[in-house]
Amino acid sequence: MSSPDWVLKISGLVKRFQPDRPPVLDGIEFELRRGEYVAIMGESGVGKSTLLNLMAGLDRPDEGILSFDGRDLARLSDDAATRLRRLEMGFVFQAFHVLPYLTAADNVGLPLDLAGAPRPERDARVAAMLEAVGLAGHAGRFARELSGGEVQRVAIARALVHRPRLLLADEPTGNLDPRTAGQVLALLRAQVHAQGASGVLITHSRAAAETADRILVLDGRRLVPAGATA
Amino acid sequence: MRSTLAVVRTVALGRLREQPLRLVVTVLAVALGVALATAVYAINSGALSEFGLAARKLVGEADVVVRGARTGFDEDLFVRLLGDASVEEASPALEIELAPLGDHPPLAVLAVDPFRAAAVQRELVAGLGGELMALFRPASIALSAAAATELGVARGDEIQVRSGSGVQRLEVVQVLPAAAYPQRLGLMDIATAQWAFDRVGRINRIDLRLAGGVDVARFRTALEARLPPGVTTSGPAAERDRAANVTRAYRVNLNMLAMVALLTGAFLVFSTQALSVLRRRSSLALLRALGATRRQVEAALLAEGILLGAAGSAVGVLVGQAVAWLALARLGGDLGGGYLHAVAVVPRPEPTALLGFFLLGLVVTAAGAWVPAREAARAAPARALKAGDAEHAARRLRPAWPGLSLAALGAACALLPPVGGLPVFGYASVALLLFAGMLLVPATAAWLLGHVPGTRRAVVSVALAQLKGSAGQSAVSLAAIIVSFSLMVAMAIMVYSFRESFERWLGEVLPADLHMRVAQAADTAFWSAADQADIAALDGVRRVEFARQLSVYLEAGREPVQVIARRVSGESDFDGLPLVRGDLAAAPPGTARAWISEPVHDLYGLDVGHRFTLPLAGKAEMLTVAGIWRDYGRPGGAIVVDRDWYVATTGDGTASQGAIWLQPGARASDVEHAVRAEFPRGDALQVYTGGALKEMSLGYFDRAFAVTYLLEAVAVLIGLVGVSFAFGSQALARRAEFGMLRHVGMLRRQVVGMLAGEGVVLGLVGVLYGLVLGFLLSLVLVYVVNRQSFNWSIDLAVPWLQLGALSVVLVASAGVTAALSGRAATGTNALRAVREDW
Repeated sequence: MSSPDWVLKISGLVKRFQPDRPPVLDGIEFELRRGEYVAIMGESGVGKSTLLNLMAGLDRPDEGILSFDGRDLARLSDDAATRLRRLEMGFVFQAFHVLPYLTAADNVGLPLDLAGAPRPERDARVAAMLEAVGLAGHAGRFARELSGGEVQRVAIARALVHRPRLLLADEPTGNLDPRTAGQVLALLRAQVHAQGASGVLITHSRAAAETADRILVLDGRRLVPAGATA
Repeated sequence: MRSTLAVVRTVALGRLREQPLRLVVTVLAVALGVALATAVYAINSGALSEFGLAARKLVGEADVVVRGARTGFDEDLFVRLLGDASVEEASPALEIELAPLGDHPPLAVLAVDPFRAAAVQRELVAGLGGELMALFRPASIALSAAAATELGVARGDEIQVRSGSGVQRLEVVQVLPAAAYPQRLGLMDIATAQWAFDRVGRINRIDLRLAGGVDVARFRTALEARLPPGVTTSGPAAERDRAANVTRAYRVNLNMLAMVALLTGAFLVFSTQALSVLRRRSSLALLRALGATRRQVEAALLAEGILLGAAGSAVGVLVGQAVAWLALARLGGDLGGGYLHAVAVVPRPEPTALLGFFLLGLVVTAAGAWVPAREAARAAPARALKAGDAEHAARRLRPAWPGLSLAALGAACALLPPVGGLPVFGYASVALLLFAGMLLVPATAAWLLGHVPGTRRAVVSVALAQLKGSAGQSAVSLAAIIVSFSLMVAMAIMVYSFRESFERWLGEVLPADLHMRVAQAADTAFWSAADQADIAALDGVRRVEFARQLSVYLEAGREPVQVIARRVSGESDFDGLPLVRGDLAAAPPGTARAWISEPVHDLYGLDVGHRFTLPLAGKAEMLTVAGIWRDYGRPGGAIVVDRDWYVATTGDGTASQGAIWLQPGARASDVEHAVRAEFPRGDALQVYTGGALKEMSLGYFDRAFAVTYLLEAVAVLIGLVGVSFAFGSQALARRAEFGMLRHVGMLRRQVVGMLAGEGVVLGLVGVLYGLVLGFLLSLVLVYVVNRQSFNWSIDLAVPWLQLGALSVVLVASAGVTAALSGRAATGTNALRAVREDW
C-alpha cells in the first residue's frame, strides 16, 4: 500500500472537556500535506493548544478521525502514541523547555538517545544540527549560559535532530524579542523544509504566521482559511 | 506594619492554600517530636516526684542521717549519739529487704522504734493512726497499701518471708492508707525485726534531729571523724536524691532520645521550608520587585515557620501528656527499665514544663525556618526571578569549612571528662558531630554524585544528570533522613554492642550448670555453713562454690558498693570473673587482694596496684587491687574478695548465692529438686540453669531497651516523611520537565522509572552517608556517653544484618516514594505544564 500524500488528516473532530458544556473543538477538518508548513492562528482560549495535543496523540478526540500517516491516533495506546512521537514528531514550545542540567548537545541528542541511536551516528547528527541552527561552538554549554534566542535554537535542533515527519511548534517565539523571533521563525521554516518534514505552527502573531505556506484560523470551534472569517 | 502583615498573609496563607496536606503532615512531624520530648519528661518527672515524696516521708525532719552497711553496726553508737548535747532527737532504724515467699519482688522494710520515730518521721508514723501499739506484738508488720496489694494480703493476714534458709511468718497488723506512703514498704518495730532476723544489737541507720543553733555541716564533719569504719553521714537532700541518682543516667539517656526525635522534626521543618522557599524563589522575588522589603519577606517566611511550629508544638504537648499516661499505665515509671519498680506513678501536668516544651518546639522550628528565610530574603530579585536560581541558592550551602570546624570541636568534646557524673561533653560531641555532618552533606553529596559513572541509557543518564545538576537541593532534601538514620545507626550500634557485651558477660559470669540464691536481693536470706555442706553432699554435685554478697559504704554520699566474698581460684572454668585488667593469681602471703568492677574504678579512682580500706564487720581492712572486671549487674560498683579471707576476717560463713557443677551424667533437674528438698519451702528458692538465667537476663535487657527501639523507629519515620515531602515537592516543581520529556517520546513509565532511579540513587547517598556518620556517632556513644553514664565498658559491635536490611528498606522506600511522586506529577497536568513558563 502506497503512503498517502498527506501526513496528518483530521475529519469531523470534536473535543469537549465537560459533557454538559459546548465542545471546545467542533467538526474540525484539516489535511497537512507532505512537506507543507501550516500556521494556525486564533485568539487565546479558542483551543489551539488542545488541537496541537490531539495532533500529537497526547489527548483523544470525543468524535471524528485523526489520522497520522495512515494510522488512527485515537486508537493508539499511550505507549504506541509515545513511540510515534519519539520517532515521527518534533516539538518546539513557547517556554523553550530545555533541560537545565544537560548541555546543549545533550539536550539536542535526547530524542536520539531515547530512540537508542548508535553513539557515532548520534554525535554526528547532533553536531550537524547544532551547526545548522548556528550553535556549532555552543555544544558544551548549559541552558543558563545561553541567551533566550540561543536556547530556542537548541529546542529547534532537538525537535528536528531525529528527522521527524511532523514538527509541531506552539508559539515558539512568544518569549523572544522581534528581531530574534524573526531569525528563529526563518530558521524553523528553513529547517522544516531542509529536513523534508511537515510542520504546524501555532501562533497569535500574524507576522509569524506569514512565514508558513498556508494560514488557517481557529474560530468558533472550527478551522477555516485565513480571510474566510468575518 | 500593615504592609508586613500583608506580605505575611500573601506568603504564609498562600502556601497553606497551595499545599494544605503537606503542611498538616509537617505540623504532625513537629508534634511527634514535641510529644515524645514531653512524654518522656512527664514520665520521668512523675516517677521522680513520687519517689521524692516517698523519700521525704522516710527522712522526715532529720537533719543528718547516719548510715552503715546493710549488715549494720553496733547500736551502742545510737546510745552515744543520744547523749550528745548537739542532738535533740535520735531515731534508730534497721533497713532490711525481706524475701516474701512466692513470686514477689523483695520487700523493703523500715524497722524503727515507733516512739522515737514519731519525733523524726512524724508523717510516716502518723499513718499508723491508733494502731501504733499493734507494732509491738511479736512477729508483726504494717504494710503500705502498695505492698499489701502486691502481696495480696489484708489486715490480719499472714505473710511468709525467708529468714536464713528457713521461713519466718509475720502478721499484718495494719495496712497504711494509700496517701501515707506511695511505695511498697513494710514498717516493723526495731526490736521485733532484730529478734526475728537475727540482728539483735545491730542497726544500720540513725536519723538525727539536731538542737537549735547547731551548725549541721560542722556537726557532720566532727561526727564523721568518730564513726566506725563503713559508717557515713548524709544530709536530707542527699537522701531524697538517692533514688534520682540511681536512675539519673538512664533518664538522661531517655531525654536525649526524645530530643533526637525533636531534632529530627526540626531538620524536617528545615528541609521542608528550605525546599518550599527554593521553589517559591521567583514568587518571593516578584514580591520584592513589587515593593516588599527584605525584612518583610524574611519576617513572612519566619512567621510561616513559627505558625507551623506553634501548631505542631501545641498538638505535641497535649499528645505527649496523653502518651505519658498511657506509657505509665503499660510500662511503669521507668518505661520498662526496671529501675523504679517500687513506685506507683501518676503524671501530673506541670504548666511550666508544658509551656517550656511548647516554646522548645517553637524555637527549633523557627530555627529550621530561619536559615532558608534569611537566604531567600537576601537573594537579588533580578536573579531569583530567573529559572535555575534555586540550585544556585542551594549551592551556597556547599563550603566545607564550617562543617569541618564543628567536627573538630565535636571530636575535642569527646575527649573531655564527665560533669557531675553525666556525659555532658559526650552529648555535646554527638550534637556537634551531627550538625557538622549536616553541614558537610552538600559538599559530600556533590562529590559522591560527581563520581557516579555515566551511562548511555537515555533515561538513566537524564536521571543522573538531574541529580548532579541539583546536588544542592538534593542535599537539603536528604537532611531529615540523614539526621534520623545516622542517629538510628548510632543508637542501633550502641544497643547492639551493649547487648553483645552483656550476652558475652553473662556467659562468663555464669560458668556453672546450676546457679542458685536463697532469694532475690534480700538481707535476711542466707545459707548457713551446715546448709552449704548439705548441698555440697547431694548426689550429682561435682563441685559447688558459694558466695556472700553484702553492701558497704566506701564514701559518704555515694551509693553502697556490693562486696562479693567468693572463691577466686585462677581456674578459668570456675572463676566467672571477666577481667579487663590485672590477674587472678593467688595473693602473696600476708596480703589481701580485691578485684574491683569498672564502676568502682571510675567512681572511686582505684586502679590495679592501688591500696584501699574496705569496711567489714566494723573494722577497716586494707586491700590491694589485683584486677578490674566488667560488671553490668551492680551499677553502684562491686568488689570481689577471696571468701576464705573474708570468713577468716569477719567470721561470717553464710552464703547468699551458689553455683553447682554437675557430675557427668547427672541431670540438672534432679539436682535442682534435691536442693529444693533440703529446705523448708524449698520451692521458693531461686535455682536456674546457666542457660535459663541467661535467657531471663536477656529478656530483661530487651524489655528495658524496647522504648529505645520505639523512639528510633519514630525518628526514622519522621525522616522518611521528610524524604517523601522532598520528592513530592521536587516532582511538582519538575512537572513541566516531565511534560516535555513525554512530548519528546519518553514513556510515562520511563519518567516514573527515572524518578524512582533518582530516588534510589539519592536514598543510597543518604544511607551511605548516614551509615558513616552514624558509625562515627556510635563511637562517641559507646566509648564516651556509655562509659561516663554507667561507668562500665562495652565492646563495639556492628549489627550488619540489621543495618543492611534497614538500609535496603530505606533505599527501596526512597525509590517507591519518588516513583509515587512521579506518578502523581506525570498525569495530564504534566502535559499541560509545558505551556507554563518555568
